[in-house]
Amino acid sequence: MAAGPTHRAIEAVWKIESARLIAALARMVRDVGLAEELAQDALVAALEQWPESGVPDNPGAWLMATAKHRAIDLLRRGKLLERKHEELGYEVAAQLELAAPDLIAAIDDPVGDDLLRLVFISCHPVLSTEARIALTLRLLGGLTTEEIARAFLVPEATVAQRIVRAKRTLAAARVPFEVPRGDELAARLSSVLEVVYLVFNEGYSATAGDDWMRPALCEEALRLGRILAELAPREPEVHGLVALMEIQASRTRARIGLAGKPILLPDQDRARWDHLLIRRGLAALERAEKLGGGFGPYALQAAIAACHARARTPAETDWPRIAALYDALAQLAPSPVVELNRAVAISMAFGPAAGLALVEALASEPLLKDYHLLPGVRGDLLAKLGRFDEARAELERAAALARNARERELLLDRAAACARGLAPA
Amino acid sequence: MRFMVLMIPGDKQVEAGVLPDEKTIAAMMKYNEELAKAGVLLALDGLHPSSKGARIRFSGGKRTVTDGPFAEAREVIGGYWLWEVKSKEEAIEWASRCPALDGDVLELRQVYEMSDFGPEVEHQEAALAAEVGKRIEENKQRPAP
Repeated sequence: MAAGPTHRAIEAVWKIESARLIAALARMVRDVGLAEELAQDALVAALEQWPESGVPDNPGAWLMATAKHRAIDLLRRGKLLERKHEELGYEVAAQLELAAPDLIAAIDDPVGDDLLRLVFISCHPVLSTEARIALTLRLLGGLTTEEIARAFLVPEATVAQRIVRAKRTLAAARVPFEVPRGDELAARLSSVLEVVYLVFNEGYSATAGDDWMRPALCEEALRLGRILAELAPREPEVHGLVALMEIQASRTRARIGLAGKPILLPDQDRARWDHLLIRRGLAALERAEKLGGGFGPYALQAAIAACHARARTPAETDWPRIAALYDALAQLAPSPVVELNRAVAISMAFGPAAGLALVEALASEPLLKDYHLLPGVRGDLLAKLGRFDEARAELERAAALARNARERELLLDRAAACARGLAPA
Repeated sequence: MRFMVLMIPGDKQVEAGVLPDEKTIAAMMKYNEELAKAGVLLALDGLHPSSKGARIRFSGGKRTVTDGPFAEAREVIGGYWLWEVKSKEEAIEWASRCPALDGDVLELRQVYEMSDFGPEVEHQEAALAAEVGKRIEENKQRPAP
């Protein structure tokens, strides 16, 4: 969008209103792709008119009315019906005709159900993970195709393609615009939470390179999570995920050191943690637990993060509790990565030898074959046991596997310390 | 980016400790709910009248404590919000939607974040933090006397 004060104001209004606008329109026209087109048309109208007329008093209502008139116009001229005939068949068209007189009345949605429907449809299992992420950021985050492409380090055309195909897939599969109920809800919700957490992690752990868009991804995921917690307040795992993200985000300032070098949890200056986010995270975790969801996968991970957040110094960390929480997580969602983390917790709680035994058991795990943290953890435990030569070889192997340049440097530093016969700090 | 949004009530009754009427409170609650539902609201608080507070003045190496109310002050803060938004324009847009009363003023102030200080300060501070951390560790490893 072009610069200039009015354009920036329009951009801000769009950021606030676009998701609600698309959601309400999608309910009207029963097609997410078309709903987005209508919303975009309203945005274009605003960009044409507001610089002259000024931003209206209620810009959200203005956009809604403009998009709605355009939808009704299309409907009157039968174009919408034609499109519906082609794309979805007569059944939906008939439904739309029945719905037509209520269109204007139906547009208000004080409960926010429309937004929730939009979340569920954007994260529908019929779509690939990449498509879900792109569509969610586009429809709910109000991000441009260019911004999404930049954040994920892929060409803009790829993202545009993903979004177009996703909309087509949803239309072809005749995915209803609704909040799933009963048995379906849990599975569909977990798909939504997965998308939000993937976005967060992409921003947080930057598997390759570094880019200024990445903190924005964390913020976007947090915003989506916080919105979800308001829209679905009775779902404990939503609060579990929010708790996890708030606590992880609280460490952002403390985890990057000189020249962008990562600082690991035990070495972080805890005074630099964001205590407002920690407080919010602990409160969200408490909500998850009160709703009886303390043992969901996100709530468990949040509980582990909370153990670190509550410790004023690394020495105060409740490692036996963390080990127990990893144990519960390993039973709920068995994974070699969880197992590796459990090994670290056990080593901190009961000594490096106990942890090493668990790590050795993972040596033949095919899923961890190229995972740099396996030799990384093994190297650290060996160093703690004074087996420096073996430790150095493992840390060097870890460095060779690491995809992130900063992480590789850190691992090589630790290998060098072992070469000098020192346990790495 | 984060903004602290300060509410400076125009109605002096607020300073006298008179609570707003039900309708005003309901409108404000609805507004706060909107902020939460948009994922914008991080924190908020209302403040008691300044008569329950105090001011500590630093001058010439001395501290002078004055109990409230702050009679000389024309603008007394009645409450605040903390918002997470994408731009100052977004903060202004949200602030414009506040069901404020006639004469009220909202003041938006961006909260300093690490990235505002530039790489130099950031690095210095990180180096300092690392140094402090090292000292603490050294002290811990020293045998107790």
